[in-house]
Amino acid sequence: MESAAIAPYIAISAVLFAVGVAGVLTRRSPLVILMCVEIMWNAANVVFIAFARQFGHMDGHIFAFFVITVAAAEVAIALGLIVLIFRRRDRVDADDLNLLKG
Amino acid sequence: MSLAFIAGALLAAAGALGVVLARAPVHNVLSLVVNFIGLSILYLTLQAEFLAVVQVIIYAGAVLILFLFVIALLTVRREAPHGPGERLKGQRTAGYAAGGLVGVLLVAAGMELFGGSGQAPAPAEGFGGAKAFGLELLGPHLLAFEAAAFILLAAVIGVVVLVGRPKKGS
Repeated sequence: MESAAIAPYIAISAVLFAVGVAGVLTRRSPLVILMCVEIMWNAANVVFIAFARQFGHMDGHIFAFFVITVAAAEVAIALGLIVLIFRRRDRVDADDLNLLKG
Repeated sequence: MSLAFIAGALLAAAGALGVVLARAPVHNVLSLVVNFIGLSILYLTLQAEFLAVVQVIIYAGAVLILFLFVIALLTVRREAPHGPGERLKGQRTAGYAAGGLVGVLLVAAGMELFGGSGQAPAPAEGFGGAKAFGLELLGPHLLAFEAAAFILLAAVIGVVVLVGRPKKGS
């Protein structure tokens, strides 16, 4: 594998993060919102790994690994919550979940 | 910029866009697969072989199967199109504008700080492989490793408590 400068990786990471932000803000299905959050986790991971490569240090890889671990735990809990919501209503729309609204 | 980087970046970006734009839930998940495969290619170009494998196994394997299970179990319907009945007026436009703004800011900041940085020197032998990763994980980062195990345990117990049906009469 040839070595690469870091700038393109930062650019693609920023693009992915922005797409994730747009998705969270525009979509209303909690499942899709969760997927967009995953995209943002992964955008952060790309930068971690790019900087690890740039500085020749494994710490970035370790951090990315823990991000993946926490993301997996988060997905499990969040999907459990979505299943619970589905048991109470027949459709899930983030706009309908306003029980905590003041 | 190598060909592998371009391919990975295009796959990742196309997958992400597919997640945001597709209407049917299954299409969202399939787009996410494309996104993760692209990211895995990017990791390979950064010599993070172990993490590329982890990405495919954990994300494309486990996490997406969870999503598919939930979609299949619950028969999630297509999201209703944004229409006149939408509760927050102009939510869509504002959301895309905010996303675009975040993207422009992040790219500008990244280029400002690191746009001029040159090629990195070649890393040490075995960089990014399973052995180097394991030595690093179970050496200096052992405590964090244990904490991660605890987080996963908490997630498992949490899901069982949340979703498991209690026995009758208890």
